[in-house]
Amino acid sequence: FMQRGLDSQTKKQLEEEEKKIISEEHWYLDVPDLKEKESCIIEERSFLRCEDLVYGRMSFKGFNPEIEKLMIQMNSKCKEEKIEEDDKMEADVSDEEMARRYETLVGTIGKKFLRKRDQRVLKDDDEDEDDEVEEGNSNTRPSKRAKKMFLKPQD
Amino acid sequence: PRARLLCGPGLRRSGAGLLVTKCGLLRHRPAGGGAYWVDSQQKRYVPVKGDHVIGIVTAKAGDVFRLDVGGSEPASLSYLAFEGATKRNRPNLQVGDLVYGQFVVANKDMEPEMVCIDSSGKSSGMGIIGQDGFLFKVSLGLIRKLLAPKCEIIQELSQLYPFELVLGMNGRIWVKAKTVQQTLIIVNILEACEYMTAQQRKQALAKLSGN
Repeated sequence: FMQRGLDSQTKKQLEEEEKKIISEEHWYLDVPDLKEKESCIIEERSFLRCEDLVYGRMSFKGFNPEIEKLMIQMNSKCKEEKIEEDDKMEADVSDEEMARRYETLVGTIGKKFLRKRDQRVLKDDDEDEDDEVEEGNSNTRPSKRAKKMFLKPQD
Repeated sequence: PRARLLCGPGLRRSGAGLLVTKCGLLRHRPAGGGAYWVDSQQKRYVPVKGDHVIGIVTAKAGDVFRLDVGGSEPASLSYLAFEGATKRNRPNLQVGDLVYGQFVVANKDMEPEMVCIDSSGKSSGMGIIGQDGFLFKVSLGLIRKLLAPKCEIIQELSQLYPFELVLGMNGRIWVKAKTVQQTLIIVNILEACEYMTAQQRKQALAKLSGN
């Protein structure tokens, strides 16, 4: 019973000693902190970062067309990075064409997803419009499109 | 905090100040936080990370090629460091071929390593340099002059005949034109450019285009 108390005492002593050691170590950490604030200068050994150098592979007067393309690409990367945002790529399709195509496109693809019954109704409507039959009877269907019903075999 | 100051080749940081380690002209670039460097002249190349150089294949050692770049050590180039190279699809490099690549590791403690591929995986002009053509060595200062944007020498030469040019930062230039004579003319002009004034150069070129 006494031993437990002793243990707790020794434990406390050990803890205190540890704390002392740790706090002493803390002292050592302060000094390097002061020295690290002076890194405003970067050392660089390459000329490429300092000067604005062009790409090393060049071709003139069409000797090597791939390299000529590359030259334009590389040199425009360096200089025209800001201007790129202004020059939008010319669209292959003009806006008007796009609007026209989109109108018809939406219709045709929309039809694809209709159920069969609705599809037939749509077809009939289209044919009515195409034929320009304006007899006012939307219910009557032209004879061509007789509803396919089951025909009883005639004996 | 202040913007970071770039101290380039020829300058070294010591304590709070800078020390100059090479002789030459001090240059300053105010853009991008300011940069200072010393524009020095030398013939011997020291590999620097990120530089594009022309290397000559000297040996094949298993999966790695040894390239001579003009430095103190041969650089290594792995066969996978080409665009579209896989273990089965190896690049067709023989001893004595010319390669245009960039350094990926280049410090004084390690052997320099090169790759022929971009950070995005594209070759963007690097790789084996084709057949024919002429390789010669010039000083590093001339290379930097030639690589400056809107270099007059290059502009004037490009008016003469069609040709192809590869400039390596290690002082090596490779030229290829349609005939051997044209190639040699370009080589001679580039070599002499170092010591000719602009006027002398224009005179020489005028003679040539007259012929």
